[in-house]
Amino acid sequence: MTAVFKREFKGYFSSPLGYIFLAVMFFFSGQFFSTLLALSYAQIELVFSSMFTVVTMLIPILTMRLMSEDKKLRIDQLYLTAPVSIGGVVLGKYLAACAVYLIGIAPTILYTIILATFTTPDWNVFLGNFFALALLGAAMLAIGIFVSSTTESQMVAAILSYAILMFIMLFDTIVTALPSGLSFLEPVLRALSFLSRYNDFMSGILNVSHIIFFVSFVVVFNFLTIRVLEKKRWG
Amino acid sequence: MIEVSHLTKKYGQNLALDDVSFHVNRGEILGFLGPNGAGKSTTMNILTGYLSATDGTCTINGHDILEDPIEAKKAIGYLPEQPPLYLDMTVKDYLNFIYDLKKVKLPREAHIKEICGVVRINEVYNRLIKNLSKGYRQRVGVAQAMIGNPEVLILDEPTVGLDPKQIIEIRNLIKSLGERHTIILSSHILPEIQAVCERVVVISKGKLVADDTTANLSKNLSTDRHYRLLIDGPEEKVCSALKSITGMREVQTLGKREEGVYEYQIEAEENVDIRREIFKRLSERSWPLLGLRSSELSLEDIFLQLTNEGGEQK
Repeated sequence: MTAVFKREFKGYFSSPLGYIFLAVMFFFSGQFFSTLLALSYAQIELVFSSMFTVVTMLIPILTMRLMSEDKKLRIDQLYLTAPVSIGGVVLGKYLAACAVYLIGIAPTILYTIILATFTTPDWNVFLGNFFALALLGAAMLAIGIFVSSTTESQMVAAILSYAILMFIMLFDTIVTALPSGLSFLEPVLRALSFLSRYNDFMSGILNVSHIIFFVSFVVVFNFLTIRVLEKKRWG
Repeated sequence: MIEVSHLTKKYGQNLALDDVSFHVNRGEILGFLGPNGAGKSTTMNILTGYLSATDGTCTINGHDILEDPIEAKKAIGYLPEQPPLYLDMTVKDYLNFIYDLKKVKLPREAHIKEICGVVRINEVYNRLIKNLSKGYRQRVGVAQAMIGNPEVLILDEPTVGLDPKQIIEIRNLIKSLGERHTIILSSHILPEIQAVCERVVVISKGKLVADDTTANLSKNLSTDRHYRLLIDGPEEKVCSALKSITGMREVQTLGKREEGVYEYQIEAEENVDIRREIFKRLSERSWPLLGLRSSELSLEDIFLQLTNEGGEQK
């Protein structure tokens, strides 16, 4: 697992991919923060809530290549014939993406420290928000790696992941406009909404069920990715 | 060392492997021969644990590939048909990554350097794999398989797409590796197998059609009972005259070679020398015998013969 993690993490920075991801992340979070400063607001959570959309847009970039490239270059053959478990391989790749993602959201720590020079920030709110953004990313990355494992093409993986994440983002909007015949979908969509749970974190609520919700996405989609790889053996 | 028994693989309705059994002894170089699509890669993929078999078992060094995959895989170095290379890595980074992936315990620097020396990739050690020529990539693939000093090397068509000089180099490399490893080498090119392997397993349409030493294979199928004749005379009459010779098993016209001259392929009964009799018959009728040579079957002919037989059985 560590070998795969190390390779993938390095891999992000031996191509423009990692740099582009980080640059765009830094640009937008910096942009949100400077707006905050310009308006002399001290609520760091405003930066975090704006990051939801940015993260949705950028996560597919991190995951599109993870599994699809292996499939295309037939490197899955290397992993499946090496004396390692498939779970370790998938997890190594997943954690590498998580690590790059964490670097991407790390500047928010810096922003809060800057805020601290003007006012006393509520560190609990910051921690809760940071934790939420990390969880959100972890769940989305898990979806992304799964999508990537189902195709040989990076482009297909990216577009599919976009579509899925955007769709999830729209759940709250869809709920308000459901035709009466489909109203039975309302509780389902509300339950699956990433945004409303994320917003709960933003308003300072640390709900255990929300944590479990995001963690289960991580577990389920990593598990599915492993199954996709294993399925190949039995096909 | 390697035991394959009753291996069967189905892709849906398509039977890719049909009850294939063979074994490989320690230190042997086994040639795995068959036309394209015969099931060579499928067999190798099952041996290495990449695919599962529909039926049958594979044991490597006493470890079943299904029940004890990690131990079995530790004993194998595999070079698939398309070497599994990360193009955006340097040779150095890639080999170190493989070293970590296989959790090798040998001294890192020395081990990797030694392998690079053996497959001669020292001069490209710090270059990106995507900038390497096909021959070098293939060698990096072999190096990758050798990391961790596995007892068994499984090489799937290692010379495909290389130029003749590179082919000879890779062949020599495999031969030298054979001194320390058990090797299974697949190919659809006969001279390659002939040059490198001691034993050959021939597979055709998913069936095992031969399993013998290269020398034995040629001996069994081509005793000096086959001749090629070049005779100046009317085809049909010559044919029937030849057939009337006692001890003649088969006469076949291969075609017209010159005006009035035909070539024949004949097969005699075992332990009968019919060359003198042929000459006698022909001279009686004044049909000049322009050529007589024993046509010892090359491995190529044997191969065609075996694989065609396999087809007919189906």
